Amino acid sequence: MAAVRTSSEVAFNRIAIAAVLIATLVFLAPIYWIASTAFKPKELAVSVPPTVLFEPEVTPFVRLFTKRVQMQKTVDPQVYDAAPWWEKRIYDGGERVLKVGKDVQLSQYPDRFMNSLIVAVISTVLAVGMGTFTAYGFSRFKIAGEADLLFFILSTRMLPPVVVAIPMFLMYRMAGLNDSHIGLIILYVAFNLSFSVWLMKGFMDEIPKEYEEAALVDGYTRMQAFFKIVLPEAATGIAATAVFCFITAWNEYAFALIMTNRRAQTAPPFIPSQIGSGLPDWTTIAAGTFLFLLPVAIFTFLLRNHLLRGVTFGAIRK
Amino acid sequence: MTQIELRGIEKFFGAVQVIHNLNLAITDNEFIVLLGQSGCGKTTTLRAIAGLETIDKGDILIDGKAVQHLKAADRDIAMVFQSFSLYPHMTVFENVAFPLRATRMSSGEVDKSVREVARVLRITDLLDKRPSALSGGDMQRVAIGRALVRRPKAMLMDEPIGALDAKLREEMRAEIKRLHVKQGSTTIYVTHDQIEAMSLADRIVIMHEGFIQQVGTPDDVYSHPANLFVAQFVGSPVMNIAEASVADQAGAASVTVGDAPAGFEFPRQLLSKLNGHAANGGVTLGIRPEGVLVRHDAAPGYIPVEANIIEPLGSFDIVDLKVGSKMLRARTKAGYVSGPGEKVHVRIDPEQAHFFDTASGKSLGVRL
Repeated sequence: MAAVRTSSEVAFNRIAIAAVLIATLVFLAPIYWIASTAFKPKELAVSVPPTVLFEPEVTPFVRLFTKRVQMQKTVDPQVYDAAPWWEKRIYDGGERVLKVGKDVQLSQYPDRFMNSLIVAVISTVLAVGMGTFTAYGFSRFKIAGEADLLFFILSTRMLPPVVVAIPMFLMYRMAGLNDSHIGLIILYVAFNLSFSVWLMKGFMDEIPKEYEEAALVDGYTRMQAFFKIVLPEAATGIAATAVFCFITAWNEYAFALIMTNRRAQTAPPFIPSQIGSGLPDWTTIAAGTFLFLLPVAIFTFLLRNHLLRGVTFGAIRK
Repeated sequence: MTQIELRGIEKFFGAVQVIHNLNLAITDNEFIVLLGQSGCGKTTTLRAIAGLETIDKGDILIDGKAVQHLKAADRDIAMVFQSFSLYPHMTVFENVAFPLRATRMSSGEVDKSVREVARVLRITDLLDKRPSALSGGDMQRVAIGRALVRRPKAMLMDEPIGALDAKLREEMRAEIKRLHVKQGSTTIYVTHDQIEAMSLADRIVIMHEGFIQQVGTPDDVYSHPANLFVAQFVGSPVMNIAEASVADQAGAASVTVGDAPAGFEFPRQLLSKLNGHAANGGVTLGIRPEGVLVRHDAAPGYIPVEANIIEPLGSFDIVDLKVGSKMLRARTKAGYVSGPGEKVHVRIDPEQAHFFDTASGKSLGVRL
């Protein structure tokens, strides 16, 4: 149905579209900057004025994934000719790739990236899982002091987490949890749980009680009804909550910096730590950042429909 | 063979008692309708039988066995909800099959049972669709199918067609009746719609404020209402109710409504049947609009009155007649009274009159 629109409505519409376009440009500019820098030759990364048109190359990614040292003398032409294309790019930059025997030594980036994945995925699964059960309990059963309990859960988000960083660090060291995956996972679950409980409670409240009651009468236990009826109905809410929890855990910087340094270090504190070694190699950092953006972008893109509902949730009454 | 018996059921929500000492015996294959306004306890009673609500006192017996402590799943009772409650993420087939999946039935048997029920309910074409693609009537058919498929001991229906529009409601009413006649299962049906109750029920249980007001066949509750509540709740248009005084006048009984200048003539035996109630002045007359007889010209026993508002309802009119300060609603042929202010003559058909004790509201059981 085409609604009749007045000229002022049309004008308003145009202004709104323009505003959205401008906002989108502003938000996308840094992402474009990172993405383009990741494919730039080293010397163009900091050129003034900034280079917009250039021949993209993947050398920053080669540097990102390998351990390299500066070469004192030029490379032997025979060795250069025998090297694969990506190694030649490194030789071109006056460096050589470190090897143990024939094996190329990888940089720490893949490990750190993997740490990020492990911590973010496990903490998201735990936070969303626990949040879903808790929200179901609050939504369906009479609980003494329900409002107080929910407020208490919410209150854990009222303090900026960094405020407790030092006591947390001391406690973690005593408990032997610093620089461990499990330590970061516990922290991130604690951050996300209150958010997960509150968001999921909203979704649970929206699922009519009659669905479970029908299942109960149809011969199922409450647990079966929960898994067969409530969970599929809550899928949208679970997806939206998971995206938000994942982004929080994936992007977390401060605690990862304080609590981890080697074994369990995640990518956010690792990437900038590369700035320090010699002249800042912006293209390699940009390549690391660019790859780091991808999982969240993909995850969010896959769940975008759910996410939109999660964001507008509560704004529209059925 | 399923008999359900409720014995001394009491239920509280906090400090509020919503069911008071409820006793009811339902026989095999009976279609029982719990009828009442919202908040009368009918749905709570139904949910208690289903096992979705606990009771504070009393016994629920299914085939003589107390089940009030059993979980809903263990009572072998099916329920149809007003909201249909079809699982949106499952197809119609899966919805109907869902109760069977809880049992150890093989998938071949499940398939057979679902298709059999689908055939009876004429939803075979819909089996692959999702509930969101169905019309209201089809959703309700599927919900009934899900209830019927495992051949439960009893069917509970909570306002199953209340959410449908008027025309569909009438269709589904007939369909439910057809199914009950064909399948024959003990059914308890909750509604606030007296037409549904009258047309479907073997027996109607009328509830008000947590008390059973009357249990009886549709004819019973219509023709012999046990009290003023039932008298006014059942029947449309609503029964006229007015306090009346009864006097002995020239060899006949005269019933005067309120402060009317003249009384209606009744047979003399009314006096002896009322047995002193009239002397106390505590009698309330109840008469359905069709028992108020109207004619244009004067006749013995008719008193002159003035017509007030006229509601044309197609096949008949409802005419408000001014009797003293009271209005008496009469049912006439369409257009019989031409307009407000018209003078007509009215009489009350003694055979259709009901008498109630004003103080308690109970029927005096007087029929002429």
